Amino acid sequence: MSLGVYYDNYILVLIFMLLGVALPVVALTFGRLLRPNNPYAEKITTYESGITPEGDAQVRYHVAYYIVALEFIIFDVETVFLIPWAVTLDQLGWVGLNMMLIFIGILALGLAYSWKKRVLEWN
Amino acid sequence: MDYLIMVIYAVTVMGVLLGGVTFAILAERKVIGAIQLRPGPNRHGPWGLFQTIADVMKLLMKEDVIPAKADKPIFVLAPVLAFAPAFSVMAVLVYSSSIGGADINIGVIYFLGVSSITMLGVLMGGWSSNNKYALLGSIRGVAQMVSYELPLILSIIGIIILVGSLNITDIVNYQAEMGMWFIVPQFLAFVVYMISSIAELNRSPFDLPEAESELVAGFFTEYSGFRFAFFMLAEYTYAIAIAALATTLFLGGWLGPAFLPGIVWFLLKVCAVMFIWFWLTATLPRARVDQLMNFGWKVLIPLALLNIVVTAVIKVWMG
Repeated sequence: MSLGVYYDNYILVLIFMLLGVALPVVALTFGRLLRPNNPYAEKITTYESGITPEGDAQVRYHVAYYIVALEFIIFDVETVFLIPWAVTLDQLGWVGLNMMLIFIGILALGLAYSWKKRVLEWN
Repeated sequence: MDYLIMVIYAVTVMGVLLGGVTFAILAERKVIGAIQLRPGPNRHGPWGLFQTIADVMKLLMKEDVIPAKADKPIFVLAPVLAFAPAFSVMAVLVYSSSIGGADINIGVIYFLGVSSITMLGVLMGGWSSNNKYALLGSIRGVAQMVSYELPLILSIIGIIILVGSLNITDIVNYQAEMGMWFIVPQFLAFVVYMISSIAELNRSPFDLPEAESELVAGFFTEYSGFRFAFFMLAEYTYAIAIAALATTLFLGGWLGPAFLPGIVWFLLKVCAVMFIWFWLTATLPRARVDQLMNFGWKVLIPLALLNIVVTAVIKVWMG
């Protein structure tokens, strides 16, 4: 594949991204001509099943979500690490396989540890 | 490729996609209606065909209410950020041996990487609404989406090991050479992929982020009018994209008996995958949060890792 064709493919990706941003922006901008605009105090209050909203919603939330996020980062990095290995496994042979089995083994150990520590329980 | 042709291709894909989403929503309502022994939408046009078009027109005419306590710039940005990545991933899909988008050698990684930006739209929409239901829906949604993204990606690695390439055309051509779709040698991966894709798309039975019986509408509770429409559009665009990826990876893409052109086979397979989702929506009750998280971390991730290890050992063994 020549370099020009190589970059052309990424230009197509860029066109898709720009179009993906353009459609909502254009539709919402021109939609302004069609839709009514009549906000008043009651209409723009926060919806809380019809009763007067109580306090602020941007508060601290349950710590379990942070733990999920931490676990996700660990395993996501692993996944990113697995992909180049998966592509080149043909050339790596047994040596590459054994190394990655050790790596997956350590991570499985980590998953087993957080399982044992009841981090994965949701309550 | 000429730049003009590229723009025409992108606009065509967008047009077909918008039409596809319109009829996917109608198909979902019709299928669920048929399963529940009721006709489904049947007032607008023959067989209710124009129902979604009427819905979109109504949403276009509706007032765009932005709550006073909302964080306005983020509130406005969130639907755009939910839709743009869901559409951008369409750039690398290949529909037949002659019709296809960008032929980049990291196609699968691009797809998975860009599609995960969608969850940022969910998080921003829920947080900026300054609404308790929306906040709960969005953090639930993000926790669920990150938990199920891992098995989704891990299930694909088995295929990458077998093919030795991340290019989408290469993956389909490999299946043609092998004379077998990857659903057969990678059946475990296919099951993991299908289950985690449902959670990734926030579809029933894993639709906790928008569980209407407890969270009103989840992260888009405060959205109205066309901004709401864009969240729905993003959801269905992402669903079509994930179904198209499943078709490419596991169901042989455009491969099929020669009496129909490749693109027809591709679209039929996408419809079949989406039909399975609609079917599950009508069949299964909603899972609980703890069941959902346990299932992802304790069942799907170990299964996906097992699939990788077995596939890698067999691949190296066979040479």
